[in-house]
Amino acid sequence: MSTALLAQIAASLVEGDPDATVAGVREAIAAGLEPLAIIDGALVVGMRTVGDKYASGEFFLPNLIVSANGMKQAMALLEPELKARRQSLKPVGTVVIGTVRGDIHEIGKSLVGTMLAANGFEVHDLGVDVPVDAFVSRVREAGANLVGLSALLTTTMHGQKDVIEALTKAGLRGQVKVMVGGAPVSRAWADGIGADGWAQDAVSAVDLATRLVAQS
Amino acid sequence: MRPTMRMLSESLVEQIIAEGMALLRAPGVRVHNEEARRLLAEAGAGVDQTALVARIPEQLVLRALETTAHEFDLYTLDGQPVVHYGGDQVHFDPGSAALAILDPETNRQRVPTTADFVRLVKLVEQLPQIDAQSTSMVCGDVVAEIGDLYRLYLALNFIRKPIVTGAFRTDTWWVMKEMLSAVAGGDAALAAKPIAVFDVCPSPPLLWSDLTCQNLIDCARAGIPAELVSMPLAGATAPVTLAAAVVQHTAECLSGIVIGQLAKTGAKVVWGGSPAAFDMREGTTPMGDVATWMIDCAYAQVGKRLGLPTHAYLGMTDAKVIDAQCGLESAGGTLLGALAGVNMISGAGMMDFESCQSLEKLVIDAEMIGMTKRLLRGIEPRDEPIALKLFEKMGHRAEYLAEPHTLKWFSRELYLPSPVIDRGTTDGWLRKGATTAAERAAERVKTLVASYQPVPVARELRAELRAIATAAARKFGMDELPPLPEAQG
Repeated sequence: MSTALLAQIAASLVEGDPDATVAGVREAIAAGLEPLAIIDGALVVGMRTVGDKYASGEFFLPNLIVSANGMKQAMALLEPELKARRQSLKPVGTVVIGTVRGDIHEIGKSLVGTMLAANGFEVHDLGVDVPVDAFVSRVREAGANLVGLSALLTTTMHGQKDVIEALTKAGLRGQVKVMVGGAPVSRAWADGIGADGWAQDAVSAVDLATRLVAQS
Repeated sequence: MRPTMRMLSESLVEQIIAEGMALLRAPGVRVHNEEARRLLAEAGAGVDQTALVARIPEQLVLRALETTAHEFDLYTLDGQPVVHYGGDQVHFDPGSAALAILDPETNRQRVPTTADFVRLVKLVEQLPQIDAQSTSMVCGDVVAEIGDLYRLYLALNFIRKPIVTGAFRTDTWWVMKEMLSAVAGGDAALAAKPIAVFDVCPSPPLLWSDLTCQNLIDCARAGIPAELVSMPLAGATAPVTLAAAVVQHTAECLSGIVIGQLAKTGAKVVWGGSPAAFDMREGTTPMGDVATWMIDCAYAQVGKRLGLPTHAYLGMTDAKVIDAQCGLESAGGTLLGALAGVNMISGAGMMDFESCQSLEKLVIDAEMIGMTKRLLRGIEPRDEPIALKLFEKMGHRAEYLAEPHTLKWFSRELYLPSPVIDRGTTDGWLRKGATTAAERAAERVKTLVASYQPVPVARELRAELRAIATAAARKFGMDELPPLPEAQG
């Protein structure tokens, strides 16, 4: 029964039906399944399928977002259960993300944040038009080991460099990896400004983030 | 009869307008400009000064629609009306602020320089199919803070055609106005015979940023036309259903009309835009997508129903080089926008969404625009009876090439392309080097730029323009501007 239920939850995530995901997770908790078993046996499986389907061209961005939001709602149900058992999910990494100063483009940055959260990262999303200092102070407060900087304009992408320099100046550069993204941003730009990595879309950003935190 | 295309039924247009008006009441429009909020509040809109939201009653919108300019002309720098905003007249200008130029040598993008921009404006002067100039590249060899005004400064030294432009800041708008005023012979002359239009862009959904709102207010008060560039991104910053995206566009533009009229009754405001259908795979804003064109044509129809001058960003491609995708996407948007009767279609030469300008693409697009303008002239009878007298004379002889009738009409009936379009035999094509359209376009760019004839600009005026631009540059730490390229081709 539990195998079928877990498969059903995973399928609901893939199909993008958050209500069914939530109902399935509730049923699984009521049936006495361990929260970690639900996460590993259903949610992680479902999200991996969604990522694979996006990579293969079958799925599109709305599929990613709706599934990631289903994952988030499921986790909100499971976190109290974990707590009650004195268990915790160690985040894969703690990431501070935002769109740099002077730039109000939100979509790409939020997409990356959503995908990172759905893949087990603790995400501190500072929003758009974020001042340099705000990145630095949040990295310090959250003890982050990863920073994601978005810029959509050639006129604002220099802001990514400013943040990296400020992190160095604040003595935090040793503790955080920095990844950059956005339409005008390239691998060459990332190398040039001393970032640790560059990703061209939200799915590859998750792979990159996972690799970077494994190094840190 | 001029061929036309309609995207929406009459009843759907009415419903879109009604829902656009309803959106202005709830949830209202976000206005991040203090003066606009004050104007709106004084005129009876409900303004939440904490949330910065204005709820605009329908009565206020209707009043603004009555007083806003329903048509106006743009003039050449020597005072000739050449662009008519209003009715179904269709004109073309290159696209807006590209941050890159496609280098024809490397076939890759690079940062444009002063020399590139001057070549572009000279080329546009030389292309009869293109009706207006536009400040469609941002030069990388000056400080970013004067990126907007520097383009206008350069252009005003070389152009006769009117210009579509825009400001990136509130303070630089004033510098740009000062330069335009100097060229026009004073503020009053500039307002009487506008030579420039400023693009002002609300942010989707339903937001007027401080900058763009102030530009709109300043344009209205100076009598300079403002072009509303509403850009719903269907599926991301706007609903994915195309009709609903048009409702959002309607609300954003209506609020722009209201703000313009509150700043100055009778202000010239254009119903324009640069919407796109969000790409659900790449997360980009494709300008070459059929749904993008459909939104454009639909909102143009809404604007016409309201009796307003119209504009759209069309005729662009998302391709990165001049290839088949580039051609098909540019042609699709150009043809549809023209059939929809959009007064100003901006985008010739633009590629990679709206981020790169290509001079070579521009001359190819000029051919497409020439063909499109021919299409718009439609098919006329020309003779009465249409053919009977001719056949009385010719019978079954296939000798029309030798007929005076052919000589009389061929150049009016047919579009005669430049050598960019290859219509030779295969042997002829091989003999001439077996070139691609892009290669022939590169040759034509060189020929046209070289044949550019300088426009007469008084030495005092040139000096005044340079002094204005240099003063602005100095405010941002740049002591001297790059030297002005020779006026000769």
